[in-house]
Amino acid sequence: MRKLTAAQVEDTVARLCIEANYQLHPEVQQALADSLQREEAPLGREILRRIQENIILAPKTGIPLCQDTGQTVVFIELGQEAQIVEGDLTEAINAGVRRGYQRGYLRCSMVEGLYTRQNTGDNTPAIIHYEIVPGDQLKLVVVPKGAGSENMSALRMLNPSDGIEGIQQFVVEVVDRAGANPCPPVVVGVGIGGTMEKAALLAKKALLRPLNQPNSEREIATLEKAILDQINNLGIGPQGLGGRVSALAVLIETFPTHMACLPVAVNLNCHCARHKEAVL
Amino acid sequence: MTRKIVIPQEEAEARLLQAGETVLLSGMIYTARDAAHRRMQEALQSGQELPIPIKGQAIYYTGPGPASPGRIIGAAGPTTSGRMDVYTPPLLAKGLRIMIGKGMRSPEVVESMKKYGAVYLAAIGGAGALLAERILDAEVVAYPELGPEAILRLWVEDFPAIVVIDCDGNNWYEIGRAKYRR
Repeated sequence: MRKLTAAQVEDTVARLCIEANYQLHPEVQQALADSLQREEAPLGREILRRIQENIILAPKTGIPLCQDTGQTVVFIELGQEAQIVEGDLTEAINAGVRRGYQRGYLRCSMVEGLYTRQNTGDNTPAIIHYEIVPGDQLKLVVVPKGAGSENMSALRMLNPSDGIEGIQQFVVEVVDRAGANPCPPVVVGVGIGGTMEKAALLAKKALLRPLNQPNSEREIATLEKAILDQINNLGIGPQGLGGRVSALAVLIETFPTHMACLPVAVNLNCHCARHKEAVL
Repeated sequence: MTRKIVIPQEEAEARLLQAGETVLLSGMIYTARDAAHRRMQEALQSGQELPIPIKGQAIYYTGPGPASPGRIIGAAGPTTSGRMDVYTPPLLAKGLRIMIGKGMRSPEVVESMKKYGAVYLAAIGGAGALLAERILDAEVVAYPELGPEAILRLWVEDFPAIVVIDCDGNNWYEIGRAKYRR
């Protein structure tokens, strides 16, 4: 058994929270730069240029990319030959979020109490997804997830007879209805298959894939491209003010499902698509 | 060309603004989002005064991040305006002139805007650092206990925004989109 300490986990989570909120992934930056070449609307182009300016300003000024530093979603892949010692893993992750948000001057947005909706004051609890995998390493991915795009996400239990066409229609409908709200150009994560919660989790996980990396199955990659083209013909454009660039990517993840089921979840992300990972 | 506008605004000035034009705002604006709007609604319903003067003023839907040392404010981009729709018509009736946010508004809000002469502007969502740089001063003026949802008074200079819905109800989310839909 390889031993990893809870303190190592806490330090790493804290660092990833800060990095994710100040430095946008190079591949997202590249996708935005490419989209400027495609945008025809003058206003859309101006908005895309200001978004690029913001990406340069954030690390330079010490101001986060966006004030909505999100709910902190953390994906954990724990190798079955690794052991967490000197503390509790969940506690360590939350302590890391607490420290990262405080030291990084990141807004705390979590509220609790169905009736009171009181701010918890430190952005905890994190939304943690654990997976046990082979090996002796611990992989952590921190995803600050803003509410503007999360609120426009949706899930539908389709009928198998709705087929590929039904899937396509539903995904496009979600983006169309979302309009300006999720801060387009958006990233569209799609989870298909499994049970209701499995589809939702796949959709969230899809958002972690590099934007320029299509699904490894050719047919699914073709579907991603077809849906992306349809979305970019909706006219939504940057910030919903009209244009050709409504989405930067459509990323589909699939899983086997029941013979009677076809769940489809659509998790939208804003253009400020943040995530940072580390392996211990 | 980008029009420069100064807040507070008279109704006649606001009526000149047209959907689709870009503007640079200067002057004083108030921040308010979900919880502050709920408090203002409760104040109005119980016959109390609003905690801020509202006639001719601008409300920016934002919950800025905390300021790091040496800074006036943290990231300060817009939040989704639609969540404030249910609280908005009574504020427009009181003379609220400008709303700054992002995303769609309800038909009820648009009707009240036409009736009282108000405009809705979009700031660029997700450009929190860029927008914070245009804020010269920030002070909590109401509901400090709400933390990031407290009402702040901001002084802004050349704060970039786009007129989405004008006083005649023209809506650039619809017009701009129709141009590029196919």
